Amino acid sequence: QGPLQVSAALREGRVGAVELCQRCLARVRDTGFLNAYISVAEDAARRQAEEAEKRYRRGQPLGVLDGIPVAVKDNFNTAGVETTCASNMLKGYISPYNATVVQKLLDQGAVLLGKTNLDEFAMGSGSTDGVFGPVRNPWSYSRQYKEKNPSKSHSENEDSEWVITGGSSGGSAAAVSSFTCFAALGSDTGGSTRNPAAHCGVVGLKPTYGLISRHGLIPLVNSMDVPGILTRCVDDAAVVLGLLAGHDPKDSTTIQDTFKPFELPDSIDIRKLCIGIPKEYHVPGLSSEIQTLWSKAADLFKDAGAKVIEVSLPHTPYSIVCYHVLCTAEVASNMARFDGLEYGHRADMKQSTESMYATTRREGFNDVVRGRILSGNYFLLKENYDNYFVKAQKVRRLIANDFVKVFGSGVDILLTPTTLSDAAPYVEFIKEDNRTRSAQDDILTQAANMAGLPAVSVPAALSKRGLPLGLQFIGHSFQEKQLLTVAKWFEKQVKFPVIQLEDVKRHDCSVFQHQKSVSSL
Amino acid sequence: LASWVPVVGLEIHAQISSNSKLFSGSQVQFAAPPNSLVSFFDASLPGTLPVLNRRCVEAAVMTGLALNCSINKKSFFDRKHYFYADLPAGYQITQQRVPIAVNGSLSYSVCIDNKMSQMVTKTVRIKQIQLEQDSGKSLHDDTRSQTLVDLNRAGVGLMEVVMEPDMCCGEEAAAAVRELQLILQTLGSSQAIMAEGQLRVDANVSVHHPGEPYGVRTEVKNINSVRFLAKAVDYEIQRQIEELENGGTILNETRAFDSKLGCTISMRDKEGKQDYRFMPEPNLPPLILYDAKTLPANMNHQQVVNIDWIRERLPDLPSVKRAKLVELYGILPEHSFTLLNEDGLAEYFENVIKHTQMKPKKVIGWILKDLLSYLKEHALAVKDSPVSSVLLADLLNLLERKEISSSAAKQVFEELWKGEGKTPLEIVKEKQLELLRDQEELEQICQAVMDRQEDEVGACMLW
Repeated sequence: QGPLQVSAALREGRVGAVELCQRCLARVRDTGFLNAYISVAEDAARRQAEEAEKRYRRGQPLGVLDGIPVAVKDNFNTAGVETTCASNMLKGYISPYNATVVQKLLDQGAVLLGKTNLDEFAMGSGSTDGVFGPVRNPWSYSRQYKEKNPSKSHSENEDSEWVITGGSSGGSAAAVSSFTCFAALGSDTGGSTRNPAAHCGVVGLKPTYGLISRHGLIPLVNSMDVPGILTRCVDDAAVVLGLLAGHDPKDSTTIQDTFKPFELPDSIDIRKLCIGIPKEYHVPGLSSEIQTLWSKAADLFKDAGAKVIEVSLPHTPYSIVCYHVLCTAEVASNMARFDGLEYGHRADMKQSTESMYATTRREGFNDVVRGRILSGNYFLLKENYDNYFVKAQKVRRLIANDFVKVFGSGVDILLTPTTLSDAAPYVEFIKEDNRTRSAQDDILTQAANMAGLPAVSVPAALSKRGLPLGLQFIGHSFQEKQLLTVAKWFEKQVKFPVIQLEDVKRHDCSVFQHQKSVSSL
Repeated sequence: LASWVPVVGLEIHAQISSNSKLFSGSQVQFAAPPNSLVSFFDASLPGTLPVLNRRCVEAAVMTGLALNCSINKKSFFDRKHYFYADLPAGYQITQQRVPIAVNGSLSYSVCIDNKMSQMVTKTVRIKQIQLEQDSGKSLHDDTRSQTLVDLNRAGVGLMEVVMEPDMCCGEEAAAAVRELQLILQTLGSSQAIMAEGQLRVDANVSVHHPGEPYGVRTEVKNINSVRFLAKAVDYEIQRQIEELENGGTILNETRAFDSKLGCTISMRDKEGKQDYRFMPEPNLPPLILYDAKTLPANMNHQQVVNIDWIRERLPDLPSVKRAKLVELYGILPEHSFTLLNEDGLAEYFENVIKHTQMKPKKVIGWILKDLLSYLKEHALAVKDSPVSSVLLADLLNLLERKEISSSAAKQVFEELWKGEGKTPLEIVKEKQLELLRDQEELEQICQAVMDRQEDEVGACMLW
């Protein structure tokens, strides 16, 4: 269930906020093997729940999110709760301030259960490269997956068949998917919210760049990062979006226009819609399953009367390389502040300031981060700047213009796959390095970040291995309402199955009855 | 001996006079307890973002207009990367690609042969003015092999004013900087006090033979006053000439001025050229400025920076003020320079004029000779003068009405200086300094003197 339904339950007194919080915390404990959470803020959460319960008793809840347990990716600053970015550099770092989006959630009475796991500093597409270890996809423990993958030999190999969540917001996706919370924040720079959403069978929304404040989100690529929203259904994503969007004076890249929260209509006239299918997204490596699913989805729209046409985004093939240059350049710059002086890890090296910097950064950052820093600095060298950085910016403009042209020619929404296939087993995934995997996995999601466009991944079907497959919708700038309306329609049509989690036996009460689309409360 | 042409350019960093820093809300204040004026952004806490301070933009626009620059209606911010303890983020936010103002000029006056009566106007081109962050301060504690870092200054707004190499010697450089200081202080965009680090000057110096291309230049840093600037530049010019005449070469290096020894010393700690890996600052959109023509209809001036609005409100610049003083009061140009050079002196002078019948041309003498020398002797600023402008005016009135002689007036002035609260009239009465003007009284005195000195009078009459 999502915030809307639970909120109703809280308001009507069918469940108390404190009890709800306890159950979610218990669930967090019971699903600990997923390694979705880095920090669990038990005491603080309970206190927040108590406050919420008082408000409900008075009949004065703050809003739909009051008393609702949520989780936040560990690259958002949370005052008083450790913020680590899954890195040694920030282990034990307690920020003195809340990210704007965190503050907004708290102001609405949301109960912050804890910080979720990720790839170190959000660099990766598997949530496997953080210092706290990899996140396991809850679907690995679902009946659906186990039925399709009977264990050959018992307990010995059972543990090695688990699949990844995707990344880098894998912890948040797993947290939502395994019912520990009702919504979670992720971040999306090249697909980091949509990718794990697809693999974990949840909704992953990447809003338009500039719609939601990045103040307090520890940056990866400032010009592409956005806070991402992970929920179990599209309506919930719209609710959370409504509470987070809007100008923030602390973030000069947020637009000034007033944002009007919206409710999604239950039905729309699909015949008025024009869906674009970008032909360049038929990339090599796209599994046949996903190809088929994609076609079926296109047919779904066509049969309902929408205009479905093939479109071209010709510069798509260049986006990965372009992203690589721009991303590493910004990373090199953003990571320069981690020198051990003001906060975070400081090496026990007193020979000279330089040696202290070098040792601190070697000890604090993993190979992935260091690799990107080195690449980024290379591209920013005076002799390389024009050929790499400036060139990449130009290519970025071309990629963005591709979308402008297509959207300007009457296309309302683009429909594409989110990932190349279903989630890989961990042991397979780690056979290639982070850079290779990122380059492969980002290909379908990353152009939306280049162009700053809103995009959402919606669970569409299960693969033949019993794992979730998602499809992506990309919309016009700041047209989240249209985007989510179409996504909601699609969600209704496909009736994605609820995860049948096996290993979590306790606390299986009515609140967790997996009736996403029922609001008969 | 072949002649040498020295070439001097300047890079000046002026701290913007504003309540808060360039990109964060922490306060700007001199000599506050260490690390007491540091916001999360200044400390580079991860996740913090820069927010541009409007007042700093206005200060830069004012300064650009005062220096006859073109104001760029669209300018950008960039990151300049290097690692240093007083630069928490590992980069400085500056304007490297397109700064806020370009192509201006500054006129200043220099004396020929040190004679104030022979002043010549020179002009130096202003290449650009850019907005950028100041760094924190490092205090090196060699005894404990550690460095203490104070971030109070980190993030304070700076205007970097780049002056083209149009100057030829220390005196010109000093005069140009002095004039810039006065302009900044008049505008209020910077207090420009070198001793408090609000104005920092680096000099670029080279020499070449006439007709030949410019020589290799050195950068001279660590100059703490206008006087030292002149010394440092002249020393460096000499050093380069001597080096070249002895067959040596000039290295493109940075040199520090040692004020005690009066020479420049190579700062060899910078091995090789620094590559700052400039990159656009992604968290700040381009800075858009408007003027009356481009201002969108529905925007009020509170929401944007309007260049024309600022231009209309510019105060009189020093050169204009000086011209007005000369025209209004008939004083000499060099007098007007001295009046403006001392903080508050011009106002003092004008106030005296207001309260006295004495002509300005005579008043100026009292201001520049008597008052100013007393102030200098006691190292006092005009505002701390024990003799107020009104008091001085009273005194000058007594003199003008011939109630006292000029030598008596000087005596009264000395008394006034003690600051005992007596008026000039009181002092005159006390010391019996009144001029006698009664004809009969005078005759009586003269007669009495002559009566006392009969022999001498007799001797005179014989002749």
